[in-house]
Amino acid sequence: MKKIRLLQLGEIPSALVAGLKVGLTRELSVPCDILPPAPPPSYALNPARQQYCSTQILAELAAQAAPPGTKLLAVTSNDLFIPILTFVFGEAQMNGMCALVSTFRLRQEFYGLPPDAELLQGRLVKEAVHELGHTLGIAHCEDYNCVMAPSHAVEWIDLKKAALCEACRATVATV
Amino acid sequence: MATKGKLLVVDDELSVRDSLSKWFREEGYDVGFAESAREALEKMAGEHFDLALVDIKMPGTDGVELQKRMHEINPEMIVIMMTGYASVETAVTALKNGAYDYIAKPFDPDDMANTIHNALAHRRSERENAQLRQTVATMAQPKELIGESLAMKRVFEAIQTVGPTEANVLIKGESGTGKELCARAIHSASPRRLNPLVVIHCGALTETLLESELFGHEKGAFTGAQYRRKGSFEVAEGGTILLDEIGDVSLKTQTDLLRVLQEREITRVGSSRPIPVDFRCIAATNRNLEALVREGKFRLDLFYRLNVFQIELPPLRERKGDIPLLADHFLRKFAASMNKRITRISPAAMDLLDRYYWPGNVRELENAIERAMVVAQEPELQEQDFSLKLSGPEHTVRSLEDVERAHILSVIDECNGNQTLAAEVLDIDRVTLHNKLKKYGWIKATANVL
Repeated sequence: MKKIRLLQLGEIPSALVAGLKVGLTRELSVPCDILPPAPPPSYALNPARQQYCSTQILAELAAQAAPPGTKLLAVTSNDLFIPILTFVFGEAQMNGMCALVSTFRLRQEFYGLPPDAELLQGRLVKEAVHELGHTLGIAHCEDYNCVMAPSHAVEWIDLKKAALCEACRATVATV
Repeated sequence: MATKGKLLVVDDELSVRDSLSKWFREEGYDVGFAESAREALEKMAGEHFDLALVDIKMPGTDGVELQKRMHEINPEMIVIMMTGYASVETAVTALKNGAYDYIAKPFDPDDMANTIHNALAHRRSERENAQLRQTVATMAQPKELIGESLAMKRVFEAIQTVGPTEANVLIKGESGTGKELCARAIHSASPRRLNPLVVIHCGALTETLLESELFGHEKGAFTGAQYRRKGSFEVAEGGTILLDEIGDVSLKTQTDLLRVLQEREITRVGSSRPIPVDFRCIAATNRNLEALVREGKFRLDLFYRLNVFQIELPPLRERKGDIPLLADHFLRKFAASMNKRITRISPAAMDLLDRYYWPGNVRELENAIERAMVVAQEPELQEQDFSLKLSGPEHTVRSLEDVERAHILSVIDECNGNQTLAAEVLDIDRVTLHNKLKKYGWIKATANVL
């Protein structure tokens, strides 16, 4: 991976995006470009669930031309889902070009708690690194400290670190 | 990377199959999917799945019916029903029919991950529990090989030498010399000791039954095969299988056994799918396998496979020095179980035991002591407590077959022709006794009288 292209889908606070860029560069040692923002993914809205289908958004992103060796990470503030699950924090193409994360359920306010910008920033970096890890072909990791550990609830995200464990790092090195 | 388990997703909706397949793969599971009950059953016929996620509402055969059929094919399979909120009652019906759990669509990711993880962990625990119970039963066997004679010391050395290896072992010895105990000792000395030792008495089963016992069978493979059943080679996974009375196995089954020993995989009766198996093979026989090979009744290649290491157990008459030790061991054993204060054997009785020919070897000695213990008065066993008939000097040079014939016919006579009782006294199975009585002409003669 030579570069990460960071795309906002709809309104995202600029400080959060800037912090994400710093975090990704730090954790993955790859330069990160912020692309001009794109409109919210209204085409993926499921009216009955009032959520956005992440698989549909990924398909749309994958249809766009991308420079070789780059990965496209889209960030949205909308709530994401896949048909069988109540929600997802994000989704990625395994060994593919595109990944997607949502800030919707990373915010403390979603759980009825006061806002915490620092915690939100940390969670977003972890989820973004996690989804980009999938685009590099890394499956979920058994080490709960590793950023590639599965996180089905926000508490699990807080528990893990933003970095890849040694084994996952070795996998990336071979890619 | 090893997968956490193999799942089968059955749902008629493509989006559900796709999203679940992708999600589970990322979670580290191996996933197969089917869009109908029919496709699911076809997949099950060709592949093993640990767990199935089945949608209740599907066109044609619904999920509840499919779950029943899945359990008919593989009773061990975990089936989790997927349901919309409206069909909770149906899900409860499925639970009553044996489904492990049900989850309502759409699933909370954390709930889903926990449900699958817990279900598989539960099944693993059940399997480990069953294996451990079998292992404990094996280890708790109070019987052991006993002897201080030179011949037995050689046997013990051989067990210690071959035990820790993976070599197949052929144990030879007359009936009652302790071949199964020897196999248990080898298993206990091996790295496989914490896994099961499965004993198959090949001579006691017909060819068809033996085949099913060894290799298992699929549902409907033959009349009465109502459920899929694992064979002994699968049950012995990671452990040892003892093929007792290997000399009595038919040529057809010998060919199947040879294939298993070579390929390390079995095919259940009624199936064409090979299943890999991990076992160590010990075979035991009281017959002369080399002679059977020469007569074309035993496959030479199978003989070579089984006879990697040979242990020959001496008959009791060739290690009479061990009789006092064995007699004392059995005396203490039966004194405890019968709650009798008999603590010794009189010199005259011991002399009788020493002079007797013991065609039934240690097993016969054990039975003789047990019988004597029943009739004896405390505190010691006397000569008259034994009903042993000493052979005359002219008989001591008789062949084993002659001695066996005489002994069996004498026992059947004492039992007034009751074969079941005679088999119990001789401590052999009824089929073996029946075959021997036929061989010695007793059955025919009796039939003529009748």
